[in-house]
Amino acid sequence: MSIDPVILFFLLGLVAGLARSDLRLPPAIYELLSILLLLAIGLKGGMELSQQPLGAVLPQMAAVLAMGFILPLLVFPVLLYVGRLGRPDAASIAGHYGSVSVGTYAVAVAFLASAGIAFEPHLALFLVLLEVPAIVVGILLARGMHSGTRWGKLMHEIFFGKSIVLLVGGLLIGWAVGPAGVAPLEPLFIDSFKGVLALFLLEMGLIAAGQAREILQRGVFLVAFGVIAPIPLAFCGALLGWMLDLSVGGTALLATLAGSCSYIAAPAAMRIAVPEANPALSLTASLGVTFPFNIFVGIPIYVAIAERLHGA
Amino acid sequence: MIERNFKLLTVVTEAALENELTEALERLGASGYTIVNARGRGSRGVRDAGWSTSSNIRVEVICDALLAEKIADYLQQHYYRDYAMVLFVSDVGIMRPDKF
Repeated sequence: MSIDPVILFFLLGLVAGLARSDLRLPPAIYELLSILLLLAIGLKGGMELSQQPLGAVLPQMAAVLAMGFILPLLVFPVLLYVGRLGRPDAASIAGHYGSVSVGTYAVAVAFLASAGIAFEPHLALFLVLLEVPAIVVGILLARGMHSGTRWGKLMHEIFFGKSIVLLVGGLLIGWAVGPAGVAPLEPLFIDSFKGVLALFLLEMGLIAAGQAREILQRGVFLVAFGVIAPIPLAFCGALLGWMLDLSVGGTALLATLAGSCSYIAAPAAMRIAVPEANPALSLTASLGVTFPFNIFVGIPIYVAIAERLHGA
Repeated sequence: MIERNFKLLTVVTEAALENELTEALERLGASGYTIVNARGRGSRGVRDAGWSTSSNIRVEVICDALLAEKIADYLQQHYYRDYAMVLFVSDVGIMRPDKF
């Protein structure tokens, strides 16, 4: 199978960053690219969802939400006892790994598209559902129930963070206007999806390269964890997708979601809610190790797992 | 006529703190503040503003010496331990004391 060109853009960014090139996307452009990606995923999911009854999806949504609460609990003991990390760090990283990465999801969507594998439109809904629960569990693991955490303010921060607002907003707009309504917007949001993704990954490569020194300092456990943890997590996702009777593409995407980890919503929330956790640890693992691992190696494995489950 | 008894309080810290910080400033009685995005290098490594979690802000408040002391104490107590934060106070002359 030939390598997807968007991955090569990530590689370009990585190499340029490691070689200390002066290449840098202006922060505002990066911001715009992530806004376009989030809206595109939301709009596409929403307009396809408008074509089918939502009632049938509700039980699946409940199951996926439950998985969002369980995933960080699987990761936490490993970090605490095997990694010997402090409780705040272990809890924060567990929150990152239970939550999801929109960038990884977008690469998986592009991967499935070039392989000609279809998937259900409500996977975009699952993306929204999986973002928040793990962050809440991570904060609870660090803080316990009884402490002085200001939940009201924190929930506002999490639920009205840009990724949730744009994804849900896109879904609602797409759902309200349907395919005919979205049609005039398609040149910007749908047709240029891969171009936007390529530029986004270029910047991600530069950012990941910036993590290189941290990775060297942080030692073996974090790197090993970042490479190994996504696979059993993704397997949980694949298994759930298979039990929920999703298609091969849907199963692979749910596996990708479970195996991916947050590097936007979770770091922002954890920094405020668990300030004593070291943000360099969680960000290095999620952005410097797991994200590249998933887009180069993970996604093809998750698709293969989905095919194997459905073929058996 | 330049009034000399005022302080410029400058805080360089993590962008993640912006909302909390501005709330605290208003609660403590600052009449206003200015925030700019900042880049630089310090004990917590390079803060390059290229990425939301590694970007810095510089917050400036003009106030009287008493309030400057109060804000500095509050920030030191609440944020120095866990966050990247540098704070310094300088003397400034201003034109309209009733404004601050």
